[in-house]
Amino acid sequence: MGLISDEYVRLLGAWPSPFVLRTRIALNLKRVPYEYLEEEDSLNSESVLNYNPVHKQIPILIHGNKPIRESLNIVMYVDETWLSGPPILPSDPFDRAVARFWDVYIDEHCFTSINGVAVAKDEEERKAAIAKLEMCMALLEETFQECSKGRGFFGGDNIGFIDIGFGSMLGPLKVLEKFTGVKFIHPETTPGLFHWADRFYSHEAVKPVMPDIEKLVEFARLKFNTSIFK
Amino acid sequence: MGETEEVKLLGVWFSPYAIRPKIALRLKSVDYEYFEEDLFGSKSELLLKSNPVHKKVPVLIHNNKPILESLNIVEYIDETWNASGQSILPSHPYDRAQARFWSAFVDDKWFPALKAAAITKSDESKEKGMKEVEGGLLQLEEAFIAISKGKPFFGGEAIGFMDICLGSFVGILKAREKLKGEKLLDETKVPSLCKWADQFLSDDTVKNVVPEIDKVAEFLGELEVRAQSAVSRT
Repeated sequence: MGLISDEYVRLLGAWPSPFVLRTRIALNLKRVPYEYLEEEDSLNSESVLNYNPVHKQIPILIHGNKPIRESLNIVMYVDETWLSGPPILPSDPFDRAVARFWDVYIDEHCFTSINGVAVAKDEEERKAAIAKLEMCMALLEETFQECSKGRGFFGGDNIGFIDIGFGSMLGPLKVLEKFTGVKFIHPETTPGLFHWADRFYSHEAVKPVMPDIEKLVEFARLKFNTSIFK
Repeated sequence: MGETEEVKLLGVWFSPYAIRPKIALRLKSVDYEYFEEDLFGSKSELLLKSNPVHKKVPVLIHNNKPILESLNIVEYIDETWNASGQSILPSHPYDRAQARFWSAFVDDKWFPALKAAAITKSDESKEKGMKEVEGGLLQLEEAFIAISKGKPFFGGEAIGFMDICLGSFVGILKAREKLKGEKLLDETKVPSLCKWADQFLSDDTVKNVVPEIDKVAEFLGELEVRAQSAVSRT
């Protein structure tokens, strides 16, 4: 009987999605060969509906014939299934709990604020969303200092769970910086994050899959028909 | 090991989220000190110090280190006291992914829909919301049948992660039935979940942890009055 980790791996995704990016980074870190399937119109895709009837969303990892859904779930699954290669989550239970907490924070607060800035109907709404996002950055700067303990990543010497969770948001953040003129990650206000971002971008597991910023900018312009993108 | 373990849990008696770590700690036979937070009053210093970001319960403090968010705490308990009692999360990565997926469904979609339907004053929103809640229960019924494979719990023979997650809401569902005659756990629609819910409530680790249904019903009534008067003031 073959190893479960030898079974065929497919990933249903969409190139602009930061959530899909997380799963690709995780698979790259573990050097898992996989087939990537671009789902341009995930809401109307038969495969997506078939493998994720509950949420009808990508990313979906299909391992053998089993679907695993939701980006952080997928990252944890990859970490737990392919044991060779660097661990993505730390081994200590407390550090793991901290890592899981921050990734939930990134999704529920950071990403929500990023979206909030993009879809804001007026200047007041946008200012509020920007302020919230700046608060998130300040908190994550503190977290980076605490978690990295002077090393290169939230995960220490190597990319870990929080690096993947937050690093996938760098693209959308850069798009917002371009349109709002606000520097969310700045060498003076968030020095730790500023240098971390460079290291993250140049990591061998990240570089080949990080979407081109100009393409993301164009994508945002087409997707969000709100005033800041005109 | 000889090390003195200091375990504190901050919660509120009513909160389904606070029930979760209590069940997990019982499953692992861990002694702890419980601190009741004032639901409507000011937050304690201990809470503000240990959860400055969200200022919410439950919080587990293990040897002065705070662990936040109910399902996070349950996973932490499972990993820390891994030699004691049975495993709370399944051992196979795919089964773990399923448990996490369905618990996220319960927390991020299903229960928020129930909460919104409960406090809305619009009949239309209420009807729509309750349909979503019922639809969610049907999906959970299917998931339960697939995951339990004929055994009494999502976790198999014994209570596991998903049982703790959904089970923490059973008290509220039964209380709503008492308060409003609303039968969400309907044997004709979700027979397996109904059986599971009764088994869950009568399990030794749950019995003295989940608050009495009558008390919950009374409190729910009070909560809804407060929430609706808050809504009408905006």
